[in-house]
Amino acid sequence: MDQTLQTLNGVSFILGDAVLEFSYLLSAIFFVVGLKLLSHPRTARKGNFYAAGAMVLAMITTLFLYRNPQGETIGWMSALVIIITILLGSVVGMVISRRVKMTAMPELVSFFNATGGAASALVGLLEFGNPENESLLVTLLGLIIGSIAFSGSLIAYGKLAGKIGNINAQLMKWVNMLVLAALVGATVYVLVQPAPQEYAWLVYLLFAASVIYGIMFVLPIGGADMPVVISLLNSLTGIAAAMAGFIYNNLAMILGGIFVGAAGSILTVLMTKAMNRSLLNVIIGGFGAKAGGAAGDESGSIKEMTMSDAAVLLAYSKSVVVVPGYGLAVAQAQHTIHELEKVLQEKGVQVRYGIHPVAGRMPGHMNVLLAEADVSYEKLVEMDEINKDMATTDVVIVVGANDVVNPAANETPGSPIYGMPVINAAQAKNVIVMKRGMGKGYAGIENPLFYKDNTRMLFGNAKDTLAKLTGEINSL
Amino acid sequence: MNEIFIFFYTYRDIIFIIALSVFLGIEVISNVPSVLHTPLMSGANAISGVIVIGGIILVGHTDITKLSLELVLGILAVFFGTLNVVGGFAVTDRMLEMFKKKK
Repeated sequence: MDQTLQTLNGVSFILGDAVLEFSYLLSAIFFVVGLKLLSHPRTARKGNFYAAGAMVLAMITTLFLYRNPQGETIGWMSALVIIITILLGSVVGMVISRRVKMTAMPELVSFFNATGGAASALVGLLEFGNPENESLLVTLLGLIIGSIAFSGSLIAYGKLAGKIGNINAQLMKWVNMLVLAALVGATVYVLVQPAPQEYAWLVYLLFAASVIYGIMFVLPIGGADMPVVISLLNSLTGIAAAMAGFIYNNLAMILGGIFVGAAGSILTVLMTKAMNRSLLNVIIGGFGAKAGGAAGDESGSIKEMTMSDAAVLLAYSKSVVVVPGYGLAVAQAQHTIHELEKVLQEKGVQVRYGIHPVAGRMPGHMNVLLAEADVSYEKLVEMDEINKDMATTDVVIVVGANDVVNPAANETPGSPIYGMPVINAAQAKNVIVMKRGMGKGYAGIENPLFYKDNTRMLFGNAKDTLAKLTGEINSL
Repeated sequence: MNEIFIFFYTYRDIIFIIALSVFLGIEVISNVPSVLHTPLMSGANAISGVIVIGGIILVGHTDITKLSLELVLGILAVFFGTLNVVGGFAVTDRMLEMFKKKK
């Protein structure tokens, strides 16, 4: 690997460098192929495996072949320290990802995103003090973006895990803009100094300010919008990694980072589209915070129904649509709903699932959950498709969903969710709503669906209710 | 004006790579069924752990014979980067495991 060779136009180079760059090319290709395969259900797992392999390859070749500008490779003692650290990180990462329950997946993604952001911030922090580093602009950008992604993801994690509540903060967005302006100002100030590296203290201050900005940026955003925020922060982590790649002129880091940044951004846009809102609206809207809006028409009353009535209604229907929401995930009722589906199927009832793109706490959350319970693919119908059949559906069972079936989104112009596409459960002939209690949904607004004449409530834990209902239908 | 051209010409290769990667990223994601949004986000999140390479380079050229702030922070960077990579891919795989069973 230390052999010296010449390029076709006579420039000499060391074989190891060429092998390293070639391995980066392979990694970059497999990142792209991996993500491409990840976007098709059948090849997704293979794609994930490819991308992981690409990462391992880049890590190994860097460890053994990377040479700094002085031409020194990484010493064996240092390599040992690095390998031990990586092994430690792998064990911890594995344990965390295997132990966590399916319902907690979304916050886990956010947590891992925070660690990536932290790594970027640390690299930026250390590289700024390095006198050989000439790319100070990208170093600072990596530091700032990484820090924001780090603290922002931690807050998003806390919100999803229910550890941090929603706060009402109209004032905060102005404070945020001030902090952001100060950040930009301080960055420019450092960069125009003749010897920016002497301003190490200011850089630590920048680091602290970025961390604070990340916290304040995510804090006022309503919990229902967290998936969008995580996707956004995810793309920020990618960009931060690419910035660090600039420092080392490392093509694997640059390409991987930018690629993730772009993919994350477009995913963010796709998600906001699914909710019929703009990204700006999500960021400064404070959606979950302002509850009021137009109260809508709640002239009707809440009507409960008995288990046996529900059983009879379902057993003698032709077509039933289940609309699952976060409540299903919380109650871990995915297997129970599958049981109910099978029982009804035996009685000749057509059962399908209406999946709202942002039901649960992540897009695709419901699909993952129901897939775990072996519900077959064809039964999961996307919102637009299922809405076409709503008027001819005999019964809609809403399991732990609220905002995604709220007719106020279509009917009440003053409502904070007005304009968001929803599953039109209200159009079905009968609606059964399973809920823990009369609490509001994540958006904190009233749901007129619960007051409609053709709506009946079954209060209680979704899993228990579904199990009892299944038993009841079986005994008919 | 000249500064801009100097910057562009110095980094032209990388600027080309960035411009094309942006399109590639958008293109690859555009036609994804919403079923896969979460695993895809998780997979992309794992790839953003490439920052671990920066950490490896950093620690690799820090004096490890004496304990310094640089060394500790560098090791932390490698640790966090690895956590992002390994945890990210493992979680994605766990999500996708569930899709696999039925076909």
